[in-house]
Amino acid sequence: MATDTQLDLWEVFIQSKSGLPYIHSGSVHASDVKMAMQNARDIYTRRGEGTSIWVVPAKHISASNPDDNDMLFDPSNDKIYRHPTFYVMPEGAKNI
Amino acid sequence: MTTKDATYNYAIRLGDNALILGHRLSELCSKGPILEEDLALTNVALDMIGRAQALLKYAAELEGKGHTEDDIAYRRAEINYHNHLLIEQPNGDFAHTIARQLYLSVFEYLFFTELEKSKDATLAAIASKTIKEVKYHMQHAIDWSLRLGDGTAESHKRMQKGLNDLWMYTGELFEMDVLDTYLLHQHIAVDTIALKAKWQSEIEKILREATLTLPEDTYMQTGSKKGIHTENLGHILSEMQYLQRAYPDAKW
Amino acid sequence: MHNEHSDTHFQSRIDNGEHIEAKDYMPEGYRKHLIRQMSQHAHSEVIGMQPEGNWITRAPSLRAKQILLAKIQDEGGHGLYLYSAVETLGVSRAELIEQLQTGKAKYSSIFNYPALNWADIGAIGWLVDGAAIVNQVSLQRTSYGPYSRAMVRICKEESFHQRQGYEIMTTMMRGTKDQQAMAQDAMNRWWWPALMMFGPHDSDSPRSGDAVKWKIKRETNDELRQKFIDKTIPQAELIGLTIPDKNFKLDEKTGHYTLSPINWEEFHRVVAGHGPCNKQRLDHHIKYHQEGAWVREAAEAYKVKTAKKELVTA
Repeated sequence: MATDTQLDLWEVFIQSKSGLPYIHSGSVHASDVKMAMQNARDIYTRRGEGTSIWVVPAKHISASNPDDNDMLFDPSNDKIYRHPTFYVMPEGAKNI
Repeated sequence: MTTKDATYNYAIRLGDNALILGHRLSELCSKGPILEEDLALTNVALDMIGRAQALLKYAAELEGKGHTEDDIAYRRAEINYHNHLLIEQPNGDFAHTIARQLYLSVFEYLFFTELEKSKDATLAAIASKTIKEVKYHMQHAIDWSLRLGDGTAESHKRMQKGLNDLWMYTGELFEMDVLDTYLLHQHIAVDTIALKAKWQSEIEKILREATLTLPEDTYMQTGSKKGIHTENLGHILSEMQYLQRAYPDAKW
Repeated sequence: MHNEHSDTHFQSRIDNGEHIEAKDYMPEGYRKHLIRQMSQHAHSEVIGMQPEGNWITRAPSLRAKQILLAKIQDEGGHGLYLYSAVETLGVSRAELIEQLQTGKAKYSSIFNYPALNWADIGAIGWLVDGAAIVNQVSLQRTSYGPYSRAMVRICKEESFHQRQGYEIMTTMMRGTKDQQAMAQDAMNRWWWPALMMFGPHDSDSPRSGDAVKWKIKRETNDELRQKFIDKTIPQAELIGLTIPDKNFKLDEKTGHYTLSPINWEEFHRVVAGHGPCNKQRLDHHIKYHQEGAWVREAAEAYKVKTAKKELVTA
C-alpha cells in the first residue's frame, strides 16, 4: 500500500443518562462499525460518561454553510409568537 | 489441607493470571497499531490489574498474616507464582497479542460463568464483576481475529502463526490438580476439564469464520501449578518487584 | 452588506468573543497558526506517553500501576481529541503523523528528558502536568470552537493528573532518606525544563502577537509561567522540597516570585533536537507506527471484503 491509512473518521454521540439527548462527544478512527463502537466506548466513556452511544461515519454528516446563516436563521428572529412570553394572560391566571 | 488454605492458593492462582496478563498488556502501552487500539488494550490491562488487586487482597485476608495485596504481588518469588504459562509469554506482534487474548478471553468467559456459582461468596462476587469485563475482551478479540484472519495475506499469516505459537500453552488452562479437585468437591472451584470441549468448539467456530485453522495437536506444556515456569516469569518479576525489593523499608 | 469573508469581519467576531467553527471564514494565518499549535499539542500528548510508560512495569504498588496506566491512557485520549480537532481544518491524522515523524511538526521539548527514578513520575505529574494545566485552563477560552471543546474535556480529565504527581512527591518526602533523595533529584531535573514549557519570553516570541490578537492564546507565555511559579513554589516548600535556584525570592510588593534567568541556550538546544531523548522518542514512535501498518491495512482490507459480501447477500 502506497500511503498510510489511519482508518475512517467517525463522529461519536453519547447519551449521559437515559432520557437525555445524545450529545456530540468527539471523533474516533475505525475501519468498521464494530470497531467504531468499541473505540467510542474505550475513549469517551472511561469515566462513566455514558449509557448509550451513537457512532456515525463523519462523511455522512452534512453541516450547514455559514454563508447561509442569514437565510437560515435570521427569519426566525421576529417570530416572537412562537414563545410563550408573547402572550398576555389575565391577571390571576394560574397553572398556564 | 484446609478449605481456607486451598482457597488461598486458588485465589493466588487466579490473581496471578490477572496480574501477569496485566503486566504483559501494559508493556504494549504507546505501541498500539493505532491510537484508538492503544487505549483499548490499556483498558483491558486496567481491568486485569483491578481483578488482580481484588483476588490478591482476598488471598491476603485468607492468609491472615496482615499482608496486603501488594506484599503478595511484590514479595513472592517465581516458584510461588502460579499464573498460566500462556500468560507470561513475551509479547510478539499484534496478531500474537490477539491470539493470546482470544484463547484467554474465551476461556475466562466460560470459567468465570462457572465461578459465579461458587459457594465462596467472595470468589463468586469477583466472578460476576469479571464476566462483564471479559465479555468485552472476548468481543474485542473475536472482532480482531476476524479482521486479521480475513484481512490481507500478511495479516492472515501472522494471525495463524500467533495461534500456532501459543497453542502448546493452552492445555494447561484445563488442568486439574489435587487442590482444584478438593475445592471442586466443596463447590468452590470450577471444573476446568469440563470446559475444554466447549472452549475448543468456540475457538474453532471463530477461527473458521476468520478463515483460520485450529492448530494441530501437540505436546502441551505444563508446570505453573507447581510453580515451574518458563524463563520469562523471572524477568517479569525482577522488573515488577524492583522498587519493593531494592527499598524494602519504603512505603509507596 | 458586510463582507463575511473579510479579515475585518473575522476580527470583529473575535473581538465580540464569538467562537470560530470549522466552516467559518478564517484568515490563512489563523488557520495555519491553529494547525501548528493544535498538532504540536496533540503530538506532545502522544509522545508524552513514553517517559511515563517507561515506569508502568516497575510501578511500586498495584494502586500506583493503575493510576499511571489510566493517566497515560488519558494522554493518548487527549492526543486523539486534539488530532480530531485539527482534522476539522481538513488535515488528516496520517498527514499530521507524517509531519511529526519527518520533524516538520514539533512536540513539547519537555518529553525529551528522561524519567530516571520513580519520583520522576511524581515530578512529571506535579510539575509537567501542572505547567500544562495552567496553559490548558487558559486555552479553554480559545477562539476556535473544536479546540476549545477539546480543551474543556481535557481539563476536566486532567484534574487528577497533577494531584497524583504531588501525592507521589509528598509520599516520598515523608518516606525514607533514599526516597527523599529521589524526590529532590527529580525536582532538580524537572524544575527548569517545566518552566521552559511556557516557551520563550514574550519579548522573544514573534508569533505571540497574532495568537493573542486572534484569541488562540488567551494569555502570554510570561503571564502563564508566572502563574505556575507562584502556585508551585509554596507547594514545594510545604513538603520540604528545595527549589533548585539560589536566587529565587518573593517580591513582597508584587506578591510574585522572581527567579534566576532561565537557561534559554538549553531550551533551544533541546528544541533543535539535541535533548537527551529526542532521537529515542521519535524512533519509538516511528517503529511502532511502522509495525502497526500491516494491522491497519488488514482492517481496511477486511472492511472492503465484508462490504462486498454484504452486497452479494443483499
